[in-house]
Amino acid sequence: MVDPSWYMTLAAVLFVIGALGMLSRRNALVMFMCIELMLNAVNLTLISAGRAMNDLNGQVATFFILVVAAAEVVVGLAIIVAIFRRRSTASVDELNEMSG
Amino acid sequence: MVETIIFVLMGLAAIAGAITVVMARNPVYSAIGLLGTLFAVAVLYVLQLAHFVAAVQVIVYAGAVLTLFLFVIMLIGVDKEENREENLRFQRPVVGVLAGVIVVMAAALTAFGDFDWVPASGAVIPEVTNGTIQAVAEPLFTDWVLAFEATALLLTIAAAGAIALAHYRRRESTDG
Repeated sequence: MVDPSWYMTLAAVLFVIGALGMLSRRNALVMFMCIELMLNAVNLTLISAGRAMNDLNGQVATFFILVVAAAEVVVGLAIIVAIFRRRSTASVDELNEMSG
Repeated sequence: MVETIIFVLMGLAAIAGAITVVMARNPVYSAIGLLGTLFAVAVLYVLQLAHFVAAVQVIVYAGAVLTLFLFVIMLIGVDKEENREENLRFQRPVVGVLAGVIVVMAAALTAFGDFDWVPASGAVIPEVTNGTIQAVAEPLFTDWVLAFEATALLLTIAAAGAIALAHYRRRESTDG
């Protein structure tokens, strides 16, 4: 059996890559994908912790995160499409006004 | 031994996909990279006996979420150049330094950290049933039933909100 800390390390690496992309990219869609990447890294952490502790609640928590992520994607992409229809851009740098 | 080989292969695939997501100029490549990462992570779930969650991961993420992403990318247009002009000049170097610090910390934790995995429940879950639908459903519908109902409500609200946003029009255009 692979030691759980290796799964944790992989999850940490994935999370860091996602956070890095989140901070360095300007395209709202790609930033959204980076959020999904980070959520997946956390899911992997929960699963491997649950496996290591022989507890199914890690998998249940992962299940909930999956549902919340799906809801978040639906609303977020709808917002991006709404912004794009108004401004014809998906770049977060150009969205620097609070007024519509 | 088999687990180690699959872990290394899938770990590398997940990291490669994640790097593709971040580095690719074209958002479609980013989406495909995300797809690779999601599948690799699903295999890692199976490796840890989380069969049901792995299936849900493939169906929900790789099936629904990725399709939605690709749909929106096509809707918005992929050929638009990303604006390379820097508004916050110090941001990217800071990001690089921050990422280095986090990687070093994670590596140090893995190398020197003394993880002590304590079983939460006294009863040992048999490996065969660990992660099947029945095994996951039991805590889901007993201990977590309130959270389960809350997510049902959340999904309804999210669907309604998405439809409301999609139907949103400026007042002037509806009047005219």
